[in-house]
Amino acid sequence: MAKFFAHMRLIAGVLALALIVAMPAPVWAQQPSSVNPTAEAVKEQQLLQQLNTIQGRGTIPDVKSYVLEHPAGREWREFHNVTLKWIGGVAIIGMLLILIVFYLWRGPMRVKSGYSGISVLRFDMLERFVHWLTATTFVVLGITGLNITFGRALLLPWMGPEAFSTWSEWGKYTHNYLSFAFTIGVVLMFLMWLGRNLPTAADVEWLKLGGGMFDRDNSTHAPAHKFNAGQKILFWLIVLASAAMIISGFMLLFPFYSGLTVGNMQLAEIFHGVVGVLFVALILGHIYLGTVGMEGAFGAMSDGNVDLNWAKEHHNLWVKDEIQTSGTKREAMRPAE
Amino acid sequence: MARMKFLCDADRCIECNACVTACKNEHEVPWGMNRRRVVTLNDGKPGERSISMACMHCTDAPCAAVCPVNCFYTTADAVVLHSKDLCIGCGYCFYACPFGAPQYPKVGNFGSRGKMDKCTFCAGGPEADGSKEEFEKYGANRLAEGKLPLCAEMCSTKSLLAGDSDVIAQIYKERVSRRGYGSGAWGWQTAYRESIAT
Repeated sequence: MAKFFAHMRLIAGVLALALIVAMPAPVWAQQPSSVNPTAEAVKEQQLLQQLNTIQGRGTIPDVKSYVLEHPAGREWREFHNVTLKWIGGVAIIGMLLILIVFYLWRGPMRVKSGYSGISVLRFDMLERFVHWLTATTFVVLGITGLNITFGRALLLPWMGPEAFSTWSEWGKYTHNYLSFAFTIGVVLMFLMWLGRNLPTAADVEWLKLGGGMFDRDNSTHAPAHKFNAGQKILFWLIVLASAAMIISGFMLLFPFYSGLTVGNMQLAEIFHGVVGVLFVALILGHIYLGTVGMEGAFGAMSDGNVDLNWAKEHHNLWVKDEIQTSGTKREAMRPAE
Repeated sequence: MARMKFLCDADRCIECNACVTACKNEHEVPWGMNRRRVVTLNDGKPGERSISMACMHCTDAPCAAVCPVNCFYTTADAVVLHSKDLCIGCGYCFYACPFGAPQYPKVGNFGSRGKMDKCTFCAGGPEADGSKEEFEKYGANRLAEGKLPLCAEMCSTKSLLAGDSDVIAQIYKERVSRRGYGSGAWGWQTAYRESIAT
């Protein structure tokens, strides 16, 4: 019996040995050690060259964190730190220089025939309110906005980091919340003055004469209704620039809202910055013409009244059609105190 | 002084997210914010790859360049830190950052955001090292204690390396030459304008 078991053990042993020998060698024994198990996986340089961004999937709710790498931030940085500063600097300082040179050459535009002593109501209470709502918010938005781009270079060195941060943080909140008041102002202004800013035949004539702006004798009087062609161009530029500022501004105010990507946000900032500095330059020209640039113009927006002779020289068609022919408007004409 | 860097060996990362958890716990990072995250590319497909990503502490950091109030500073170890007292929460650093590192405690609220938070390379902030104020604002300051960032220290596959650039680059190069392959130091070209030849 013991012999039988010994035989069985021998047979089993031989069979087991044969099985091991016949079995294919393990995988690791056959392959060289340099096989790359992730050979077919994506490569960083390849992805960046193809898409300039690397996007994957993550496990946290913050969807924008699934963008692994986005080197386009570098171009945005270059824009924000260099290009925007140049555009803004040239536009704003350039406009100021133009205005100074223009003032020295031209001087204020005078009322040729002198003051008549009769006041004419040019802008009523509502018009002035809407204008100043838009204007004051614009000035604050402009200053706080320019601070974000130019403050670090111009204000930080002499304000010190703490004071400058406090001012900039309040500036940011002011900028964010006043944007709503500005939006309301612009929309009201658009609705209120849209009808008077449609082009007319007189505008062509006005533009041909350059609005009389370049006549140092003040004797060229280009025809104009309530708004001349230059003012109409200003109106449309303000409407378009405001629309651009409001749309890009609200994108920045609600970052990453409804699927906005970091690329969209960068574009919104670029748009907001470029239009913003050009807008400031444009309004500097408007402020000049409404104050020191033209004698007798500021009254239109302060108490609403202008002198009748001023109105006849600068807005002859408006005087003819709406002031002198209208019985009800005649009440608006009254001698100045 | 050392030049501190992170290096994620993407051939080793198994997307266990332990670095993410360790970071959140070590610094008591508030709910909804992540200083470190793992992104998986080609998820569920052949050739899937995961990379752990946080602030890379860039050379010539874009966040510092665009900050309107100049609240960033670079330590002697080349770690990019910032002051939450000076930060105004404008969000520009996030637009400039190639790695999506800056985080903000508030979402929406008309863009008010709150003070920016990001990976500090476990090096705290401008307050006194190891102080209560520093911990509350920036989390633990392990570097001041002579320890390296926790995410890399406890990485189970030693995929994530943190430390002096020359040292971790050497470890990675030896690793690549021994195993015979390597997908490179992810993000290095973007962050430091240099890479490790593999």
